[in-house]
Amino acid sequence: MSLTWYLVASALIFCIGAGGVLVRRNPLVILLCIELMLNAANLALVAFSRAHGNMDGQMFALIVMVVAACEVAVGLGLIVALFRRRLPIDVDELRELSG
Amino acid sequence: MAEVLFFIAAIGAVAGAVGTVSLRNPFYAVLALVCHLLALAALFLLLRAEFVAAAQVVVYAGAVMVLYVFVVAYVGGVGEPLTGSTGASLRFASIVFALALFVELTIALVGTGLSALETEGANAPAGFGTPAEVGALFLTRFLVAFEIASLLLLIAAVGAVILARRRAGLGDARELSVGDVMRRPDVSAGPWQPGTMIEAAAPPRNRPPSSSPGSR
Repeated sequence: MSLTWYLVASALIFCIGAGGVLVRRNPLVILLCIELMLNAANLALVAFSRAHGNMDGQMFALIVMVVAACEVAVGLGLIVALFRRRLPIDVDELRELSG
Repeated sequence: MAEVLFFIAAIGAVAGAVGTVSLRNPFYAVLALVCHLLALAALFLLLRAEFVAAAQVVVYAGAVMVLYVFVVAYVGGVGEPLTGSTGASLRFASIVFALALFVELTIALVGTGLSALETEGANAPAGFGTPAEVGALFLTRFLVAFEIASLLLLIAAVGAVILARRRAGLGDARELSVGDVMRRPDVSAGPWQPGTMIEAAAPPRNRPPSSSPGSR
């Protein structure tokens, strides 16, 4: 199984995630699409790690997972704060940076 | 055998990604992402990254997705129309952009001269991808990254708690203290309403006393 296949799958998942970030308006779904893009990058990192035969890429993927978990925690905190202020959960409606 | 497993896992991963993007209900989108993550863990196993696959299933599909499901249940998984004020033309342009990005990446990958990508990978040393090897690397070569990751997790946890905490003046979530009642008897009769920008700009505890005439 050639490693190019893994990289093409990774590119496809990344592009689906990028399209989702641009198309969707719910910030929850936008966070999910960012997760998709991070996971695609993880797949590429692990594939390159396999190509080289050393484990640096896998360590990089693990650190990316830590950063993704932090991003999810802060992003979901923002969404909960939006909900508590009774603002609409829609990125098109949230136009002004006040409060 | 590996080919069959790869195509099953890759089709599952791509289908999960498409479901995440296209399903209207955020709850179903989260479930589609869980399917995507499980398929991706199978791909990691095929690439002999055992610890990364295990961490993917336990951390992502377990912990992070539970957090998502809780927030979707709290906020209310309201179905959203896929088109709206953004406009159909902008949406079309977004899809075209994503397709163009995929074509460009595929050309770059297929047309590359890296001969290592045509193989199944270099000969992996013994213990490649096992938890013991990962732990040894994290405590030797990647010690700084490991410590910074722990610090980042701490900052994110504290930040999430501060962002999502209960603030004063938000209707039933408000906690009245005795000092509030003594200082400001007309605390609910002010010009601000819960959840408005006025209240956000000047919460009642921080307003100057002169702005509420009956308090002094």
